[in-house]
Amino acid sequence: MYSEKVMEAFKNPKNVGEIENPDGIGTVGNEKCGDIMQISLRIENDIIVDAKFKTFGCAAAIATSSTATDMVIGMSVDDALKLTNKKVIEVLGGLPSQKIHCSVLAEEAIKKAIEDYKSKKAN
Amino acid sequence: MKTPIYFDHAATTPLDERVFEKMRPFFTNVFGNPNSQHAFGRDAVKAVDEARDTIAKIINAKPNEVYFTAGGTESDNWALRGIASAYKDKGNHIIISPIEHAAMITTAKALEKQGFKIDFMKVDEYGVIDLEHLKSIVTDKTILIGCMLANNEVGTIEPIKEIAKIARSVGALCFTDAVQVCGVLRTDVKELGVDLMSMSSHKIYGPKGVGALYVRNGVKIDSILTGGHQERMKRGGTTNVPGVVGFAEAFRIAEEEREKNFVYVSSLRDRFIERVLKEVPFVKLNGHRTNRLPANADFSFKFIEGESILFSLDLAGIAVSSGSACSSGSLEPSHVLLALGLPEGLAHGSIRFSFGKHNTIEEVDYAVDVIKTAVERLRAMSPLFKAEGEIKYV
Repeated sequence: MYSEKVMEAFKNPKNVGEIENPDGIGTVGNEKCGDIMQISLRIENDIIVDAKFKTFGCAAAIATSSTATDMVIGMSVDDALKLTNKKVIEVLGGLPSQKIHCSVLAEEAIKKAIEDYKSKKAN
Repeated sequence: MKTPIYFDHAATTPLDERVFEKMRPFFTNVFGNPNSQHAFGRDAVKAVDEARDTIAKIINAKPNEVYFTAGGTESDNWALRGIASAYKDKGNHIIISPIEHAAMITTAKALEKQGFKIDFMKVDEYGVIDLEHLKSIVTDKTILIGCMLANNEVGTIEPIKEIAKIARSVGALCFTDAVQVCGVLRTDVKELGVDLMSMSSHKIYGPKGVGALYVRNGVKIDSILTGGHQERMKRGGTTNVPGVVGFAEAFRIAEEEREKNFVYVSSLRDRFIERVLKEVPFVKLNGHRTNRLPANADFSFKFIEGESILFSLDLAGIAVSSGSACSSGSLEPSHVLLALGLPEGLAHGSIRFSFGKHNTIEEVDYAVDVIKTAVERLRAMSPLFKAEGEIKYV
């Protein structure tokens, strides 16, 4: 069973969409396992000023996408890299055990988007 | 619109009030154990015998060919394990369909570990058994061929008469799981030519936790539930008297109203299927368009995942079920849809709607409108769904 916070985030997710010409973008998961998460970031002076997501997945995947993007907006990229799925789960008031992997995906998608940003910056 | 609306009748159905009234005295006044010798016991025996007679008559069997069980799962387990054990000297080969209920698939896998050879039939894209393939895999070591009469997920009705003929041609027995069919279509065991048949009560407005297994006289079957003298020494455990009384009454009513319900429920399903196919883009009807259970409509909605559709509909007051991995608690999507050849993405995006005699056309129309909004909302969130004309895959 999902917590009320999960259902609320699923019902009214924040940050849905795709940032045009993002400074960093990361996509993780695949159709076989039934979850694909794409997170795009707008980054100014190493601070995440906007984050948006697009997710193919269950209610938990959508809720964690919404919450994780919300949490990283305003963070420095270094702080965002430290965001763990545990923190996302905490904010959501818990997840059923078989849904933990959804929160891992959100953490990974953010990391991948930041890596993308860093590699673009290095070039 | 009064919500919630229940479109999950293949999962279970509400108890019919008439069935409830019939069961009521057997919880309190007529409480005897049918195994007791005294008057209380005799009253209970009388009720159980009547229930057995009713069911036997409907399926065109003799009363002593009907064994009460705790439901479809026990009946499936018993048929497979009981026949495997009783006929192991004749052969060790069992064939089942790849779209059986988990009660069959899991049990067959357990038998495989015990040394039985399990082969699977093939199905076409609609879920219909490939009879030519079946003919090519039967041998004189085949002891049992098991196939459901109609599939619980996509509703496809299987050619059991032909499967039973193939079984007979090699001296094998034919078992059918008729849990989704009893009281919905004709289930005359002579006409079907089957040797064993599973039945369940709660799919036809009867109580949960009770079912039956038909075993043709002359077929040997070992017990899996050993105990006392119940069910002619074949199935131990005190008979669930209110349960079997309710089951028989539910089956009697379902049979009496079968044609009326068939016409009505089919009309709901047909309107629903027509509207969804016409009004929701990128959708696939799973199963056969016409050769399907009257209550069943199973769709895959491309680019989105089943559990999120299920909860979107739930939030709007519509109860359905999904074949996605996320709703089953496993990592794999529905084995039925994969057997039909659906790509994993589409299998994850499936929703089963199953209608019942209390549903209305207004509910169906409301559901279509809700689905359109829910699907659009989820697609707007999906990375697989780009703006129209720019679809990554179809």
